[in-house]
Amino acid sequence: MTDLLIKLIPVFPLLAVIANGLFGRYLWSHDWAHRLAWGSVGLSFLCTIGVVADVLRTGTAHEVIAYQWIFGGDLTINLAYLVDPLTCVWLLVVTGVGFLIHVYSVGYMHGEDGFTRFFTYMNLFMVSMLLLVMGNNYAVLFIGWEGVGLCSYLLIGYYYDKVSAAKAASKAFVVNRIGDAGFLLAIFLVFINFKTLDYTKVFAQVGQLSPDMATAIALCLLVGAVGKSAQLPLHTWLPDAMEGPTPVSALIHAATMVTAGVYMVVRNHAIFDLSPVAMETVAIVGGCTALFAATIGLVQTDIKRVLAYSTVSQLGYMFLGCGIGAYTAAVFHVMTHAFFKALLFLSAGSVIHALSGEQDIRKMGGLSKKIPWTYRLFLIGTVAIAGIPPLAGFWSKDEIMGHAFVHHHYVFYGLAALGAFLTSFYMFRLTYLTFYGPSRMDHHTEEHVHESPMVMVGPLMALGLLSLVGGFLGFPPEHGWLHQFLAPVAGVGGEHEVGTGLVLTLMMIATGIALLGWGLAHYLYSMNPAAPDRWAAKAQGIYNTLLNKYYVDELYDVLVVEPTKKLGLALDWFDRVVIDGIVRAVGTMAELGAAGSTWAEKHVIYGGLNIIGYGNHLLAKQWRQLQSGMVHHYAAIIIAGLFLLAVVIQLIVQR
Amino acid sequence: MTSYGADLLVILPELIVVGAACLLLVLEPLTPPSRKELLAWLSLGALALCIGLTGGQISVLNLRVSAFSDLVVVDGYARFWKLLLYGVTGLTILMSLPYLKAERLQLGEYYGFILLALSGMMVMVSGADLLTIYLGTELMSLSLYVMAGLKRSSPRSLEASAKYFVLGAFSSGLLLYGISLLYGVAGGTKLGAVAAAIGSRGFDDPLLLIATILLAAGFGFKLAVVPFHMWTPDVYQGAPTSVTAFMAVASKAASFAAFLRVFVEGLGGLKADWSNLFLLLCLVTLILGNLVAIVQTNIKRMLAYSSIAHAGYALIGLVAAGRGMGESGGASGLASVMLYLALYAFMTLGAFAVIGMFRKGGLEGEDIEDFAGLAKRQPLAAFLMLVFMVSLAGIPPTAGFIGKFYVFMAAVEAGLAWLAVVALIFAAISAYYYMRVVMVMYMREPDPSAGEVPQLVASPALTVVLACAVAGVILFGLFPNPLVSLALQSVLPLK
Repeated sequence: MTDLLIKLIPVFPLLAVIANGLFGRYLWSHDWAHRLAWGSVGLSFLCTIGVVADVLRTGTAHEVIAYQWIFGGDLTINLAYLVDPLTCVWLLVVTGVGFLIHVYSVGYMHGEDGFTRFFTYMNLFMVSMLLLVMGNNYAVLFIGWEGVGLCSYLLIGYYYDKVSAAKAASKAFVVNRIGDAGFLLAIFLVFINFKTLDYTKVFAQVGQLSPDMATAIALCLLVGAVGKSAQLPLHTWLPDAMEGPTPVSALIHAATMVTAGVYMVVRNHAIFDLSPVAMETVAIVGGCTALFAATIGLVQTDIKRVLAYSTVSQLGYMFLGCGIGAYTAAVFHVMTHAFFKALLFLSAGSVIHALSGEQDIRKMGGLSKKIPWTYRLFLIGTVAIAGIPPLAGFWSKDEIMGHAFVHHHYVFYGLAALGAFLTSFYMFRLTYLTFYGPSRMDHHTEEHVHESPMVMVGPLMALGLLSLVGGFLGFPPEHGWLHQFLAPVAGVGGEHEVGTGLVLTLMMIATGIALLGWGLAHYLYSMNPAAPDRWAAKAQGIYNTLLNKYYVDELYDVLVVEPTKKLGLALDWFDRVVIDGIVRAVGTMAELGAAGSTWAEKHVIYGGLNIIGYGNHLLAKQWRQLQSGMVHHYAAIIIAGLFLLAVVIQLIVQR
Repeated sequence: MTSYGADLLVILPELIVVGAACLLLVLEPLTPPSRKELLAWLSLGALALCIGLTGGQISVLNLRVSAFSDLVVVDGYARFWKLLLYGVTGLTILMSLPYLKAERLQLGEYYGFILLALSGMMVMVSGADLLTIYLGTELMSLSLYVMAGLKRSSPRSLEASAKYFVLGAFSSGLLLYGISLLYGVAGGTKLGAVAAAIGSRGFDDPLLLIATILLAAGFGFKLAVVPFHMWTPDVYQGAPTSVTAFMAVASKAASFAAFLRVFVEGLGGLKADWSNLFLLLCLVTLILGNLVAIVQTNIKRMLAYSSIAHAGYALIGLVAAGRGMGESGGASGLASVMLYLALYAFMTLGAFAVIGMFRKGGLEGEDIEDFAGLAKRQPLAAFLMLVFMVSLAGIPPTAGFIGKFYVFMAAVEAGLAWLAVVALIFAAISAYYYMRVVMVMYMREPDPSAGEVPQLVASPALTVVLACAVAGVILFGLFPNPLVSLALQSVLPLK
């Protein structure tokens, strides 16, 4: 029974994709398209609940083979699912939050062009994401991994008449492919070492891995995770990805897809545990990203971009948690983050919806009276992410920070604490600028401000409730329900009892930090509205650096993008218009080589030239009109290549 | 006499194809211009017969039969390639039906040339003697030279044909020189004799070095491997699209088949040496093919560079085979090349089929920009193109991923993990130019000032081709096992 339910989970959205994708445009109206879309995800959610209940009851993981995918030689790969507690958490988040976002989208996307297309892509994303978290081996994980990347690409570029959207989509895709290359290499290494790709078999014999090989595999995996989860230095695509519709930002670029990197690291913690170097790297990447992205978030003026940098920063916390061995805390943070970040994005979407598409917070203000429900829910999200108890974000973030402190990672604790202060500050800044103070909207927009329909506010309320109480799944800290549930899979590394006093002290410090950030935001954006500009003017250099995101995009353009394009153009030009100089040099080389062996000169060069001459003669007329002499160049290249090869191979042989 | 009859029986498929080609050329003047499709159906009939003959032997796949005192051999390896070539040729003919009509190239001899080229390819994959292989290569190439120039009203097509002919003749010369040098070494041109004569000699023997490099250049030209690739973009762009598809898929596959056989069966003793040589060629091919493809604006030119790059990926398998430790290492490398080309056939044919039928005011729409907004006007066609591009970029669960997976896996197994990394990086780069086509189709509106909006002209034959191609791309992506085990079973033994 449970096996059947497991198999059904990804099937419902897949059916919806097929139905909507093939016939949605012709056979039924938008109403049926969206009913199919959210209905299928809802069914998946119900199946998930059934499966999770069974895992809870029996306490065992389920492994189900759907069908055999590749086998040949010593390679066997199945499309098979592994549902253990780790997968359960992700399944609940993906289908649960996914369902709410689908429902919300019905209102948000109402009247948009390509309504059916939107839901087709969203469901396709759900299928890929479910494969990603349910697969029992690396190959299925990789398929899901690529699938979510493709859907993310399609959905970022959803408003394809916007040039920026199309560019952002390409950027996301290509940057992710860099990560994928690392991931694929890791898969090859795993196969070479274990002759299988199944998690259970790999982790059962993980002990025989040499430390160097473990480091290599772990670092390759990390490259993949860094790409997908937008960590330094591959973070640049995520803020640009905000060009997509807001539900997409909430579902893909906040709650689910970007946490796939964390899932991968936790899933492979057995390999990471073997390599202190890799663990250290994960922690450094996470810690630095958490702080780095938070600083950029301080000055952004686009409501969704602030949230995007906040996502990058929060993902940094999760990586930091993984890096210091606090896997359960990392997973816990993934879960709470999915609640409050989806809430924040969707409320932001509600704001944008109310303001007819305006995203610049400098043109908002004073909205708390006009859209009260959105305001209240956004505030819940803000308090939750800022880390103020007893809301969800406090418990998970505090656990990561506490773990860092208790296990003597004081530098990471410092990074995280500073990041937490900044997080609280920029989130309250966002709230103040959006909902308080005088209205800075233009008259026309202001007239049309309206609260969103129930189909949008309803999901917001559900997410708001989860953000309020979701943290208690991990209460009391380190011994909560979630911790016991995850204990079999997320290896409780180096647990030692900590005095209640210390725990309470750390909690108080964390709360203090969060309140401090709030206080500063309150001072700057509520009590003393002229101050921010003064401060910005004083620290012009820093302000501009932050505003321009540390110029990382520009740096990549100069270092990577432009040179690659130029090299391509240069090679193209070389291919098409081989200049005389090169040909002459080539000719000289050819002659030099030919002199070495007379037969070559006699036969190859003259023979070649004769053929060329003959050919030219034959078609001289059409020929000259087009590109006279080009064939000479091509032939010269062939000869030059030949001799170069001979020389190089000769050198290799002699060595 | 009886043994002669038995020999003829071995090459029966070749005889059928040549016979059908001759028959077509005779029937061509007798067929009224409006009924030229009949000739196409006739050639398809001949192909069906061949598929039956070769496919019937699938149960005795590895039965090795040789004929004409070992000039020709039919083994599992030859059968694998022949089946692939029949399929590709059949799809090309189907694709040509509507294409030739739209281009007003109602030439019956076109189908004759396709069959002649096919017979040349069949000789190539079955040749067990350097000269037999050479003859096959020439038969294939001569037919292709003519086919490239069939669009007589287009200067580009004529240019392509002439260029291809001149450079092709040139490269054939190189191939022949290589063969003659090997004859000097071995005193014979049979692959077995060459292998015996080489024994344990290596590249320190200059004669062998030069002969190997000349052979590599000769075959490298047909495979479009850098630096012997210069003709590819010009010819692919200029030739009629159905011919381009045929060249990009069938000619490449047959050349790879002959190339692998020569280097494995004949020069297997030099594998440590030639794997270095091909490593070098493979690297420059990957770099140049992928980087230059980025800046192309004409889709046929872009696919030409993409085809160069794909030759580079396939070469990885050969390099791995040369380096392969033990028996399985070499075999998995070679099988990965076979698999790669078979899977590559589907996606490339599909992409060219879409391009060929893409009409802009009666002319072909060849610029990538012409695809703007296709997703809105013809969602199904755009989706098919998306599938082909995704597969060419090597993204699961499409066939392209399976092909790359096995090739890279072979490289890692042979201890060439760094090569796999380089190739993976270039595969990542390649996503950029393939996805650009997708982006243009899905995310851009056509320029309103550009005049007539290009449309994809559908027809029943084209539908069959596209259905086969997309089925191949998706089914072999999801169920690659039959093809993988076929490739593994029919792989050449590498000593």
